[in-house]
Amino acid sequence: MWDYSEKVMDHYRNPRNVGKIDDADAIGSAGSLTCGDQLKIYLKIKDNIVTDAKFQTFGCGSAVASSSILTEMIIGKSVDEVRKITNKDIADELGGLPPEKMHCSVMGYEALEDALKNWGDYQDLDDLREPEKPEKIVCTCFNVTENLIWDAIKQNGLKTVEEVTNYTKAGGACGKCKGLIQDIIDTYYAKEKSEPKLSPTQRILKINNIIETQISPELQKDGGDINLVDIQDNKIYVKLHGKCSSCKNATLTIKRFVEQTLKTALDEDIEVIEV
Amino acid sequence: MIYLDNNATTKIDERVLDAMMPYFKEEYANPSSMYNFSKKASNALKEARGVLKDFLNAKDEKEIIFTSCGSESANTAIKGVLNYNKSKKHIITTKVEHPCVLNLYQTLEKQGYKVDYIGVNSNGDLDLEQLEAAITTDTALVSVMWANNETGVIFPIKKISEIIKSKSPDTKFFVDAVQAAGKIPLDVQENGIDLLGISGHKFHAPKGVGALYVNSKTLITPLIVGGHQERGKRAGTENVPYIAGMAKAAELAMDGLKYELTEVKRLRDKLEKNILKNIYNSRLNTGVSNRVPNTTNIGFEYVEGELILLHMSDLGICASSGSACTSGSLEPSHVLRAMNVPFTAIHGSIRFSLSRFTTEKEIDYVCEKMPEIIEKITAISPYQDELAALKAHK
Repeated sequence: MWDYSEKVMDHYRNPRNVGKIDDADAIGSAGSLTCGDQLKIYLKIKDNIVTDAKFQTFGCGSAVASSSILTEMIIGKSVDEVRKITNKDIADELGGLPPEKMHCSVMGYEALEDALKNWGDYQDLDDLREPEKPEKIVCTCFNVTENLIWDAIKQNGLKTVEEVTNYTKAGGACGKCKGLIQDIIDTYYAKEKSEPKLSPTQRILKINNIIETQISPELQKDGGDINLVDIQDNKIYVKLHGKCSSCKNATLTIKRFVEQTLKTALDEDIEVIEV
Repeated sequence: MIYLDNNATTKIDERVLDAMMPYFKEEYANPSSMYNFSKKASNALKEARGVLKDFLNAKDEKEIIFTSCGSESANTAIKGVLNYNKSKKHIITTKVEHPCVLNLYQTLEKQGYKVDYIGVNSNGDLDLEQLEAAITTDTALVSVMWANNETGVIFPIKKISEIIKSKSPDTKFFVDAVQAAGKIPLDVQENGIDLLGISGHKFHAPKGVGALYVNSKTLITPLIVGGHQERGKRAGTENVPYIAGMAKAAELAMDGLKYELTEVKRLRDKLEKNILKNIYNSRLNTGVSNRVPNTTNIGFEYVEGELILLHMSDLGICASSGSACTSGSLEPSHVLRAMNVPFTAIHGSIRFSLSRFTTEKEIDYVCEKMPEIIEKITAISPYQDELAALKAHK
């Protein structure tokens, strides 16, 4: 018998926001019937706020509870806030999940990420999107990608192959990919070790450098430009110039391109704000 | 509470407990001691061996070895045969054996044994042609379960024994009868069995006691070495109260066999027919015949088994599932996979296993509640289109 929290039991007994939204603005899914659990999430988004969310789940008690609580967590929140939700937030909100069931919270995170990736407003901005790279599948039994494993290690501080299996299912069937998973764990921690925390000054210099060498030249190609105004903790204030300053897609440029580029380069959770 | 998980374990019969109590309290002597005080303990052991001999229809009491559980019986039989004659390195078993046996064979493979795993068809019946083709005179052991723990499907033990003896008379035949004991008649002589294992707690004795039949022509190297108990085949002071309890349980099982085959079967069939009739996304995962009378394995399509069990548990109904989520192994039941149960149903498979303590009223309650539970879970499934098609088809 699993040691489920009262909250998990409450949510699988009385799941909230069950169903489909016919005119959803974003739909995401994770898992599959063959794997034993699948989640579909439907979002209504208005003025950057998630106004409604519904779900349909094929899965165990903790999968239903994770889906149900996720809808409660996101309704009324801005898309930016929703983007920050991790699997750990879902599990914490449920009062914890048994280790072997953490993959249910990861499924919630995956479905949400999938929905936001498919969100309509972003889809016509092909010029700002990176070309779709085929994702590398590590675990072929459960179709788990390298990116998902990487995220799970990062968000939850996973240290062993067994933990990765509990969180992502990878390696849980034939076990052939366990060596690959170990490699990913080793690579992750080697990378973390080789990149000591920057001093505040080094960090400012690095941010400025990225803006000048990686971001600004791209915007200049379209007749615009950008410069750094201020940095306060994880908030980075920038000013747009030229064509960018009058562009109707400027907010999206900031979020999709500027913020993403900086996030990747710094490997931290930052927010870029236009002043 | 309604207990329909008797293939996992059973309730101890009050009469079994009564038969055990004297050996906990007054008659605590070591049966091997020389004084009069040990007489009752050693007599209890002797009587128990006699009852077990009758239970299995062995030729001689000496062919019964008491063990601590079904896993120990299987390990003693399998390793015992292989270690006694180390020249033969080939084993044949089935894809649907209990994990206690399967995991042992996987370990033996790493030690250099060649193991053939015989498949089953969608009804769960063993592929006898494949079995026959696999046997050679180099085969040390054929190891087959009498009845499957998940599906209740009975394998044709006598037929298998005949095939073995016709192709390789020296090959030993081990039968895991843990799920057959107390449910169908067991006759080791009639069925040509060399070794057979049972476990007390599957037929209303407590956990922690089992037995192994080894016929007089079969020699084994003991697994547990030490004292001379069990004629040197299993060292360790005999667990007298539990052995007395298992003997009582075997006696009651022999008396109750007719009830199992008629009344328990009637209730099982009632439950099964009701569910299959009233729940459109249900399917029987086995064939109808060739099963022990207490077990049914039903798949519910597009819903997941653990969630079904949790909702059943909220109503006080206990059963098991072949779903991945209940095991923690992430993969659904190896038995249902070997039978090619469709992936739409495999994760939503539930095993109901009854006993002589199951009442009609309990079955009626489960028949009434199952459609409500399945409907509730079906409503949150993402496969509404598929479910609608299924409903229209039925």
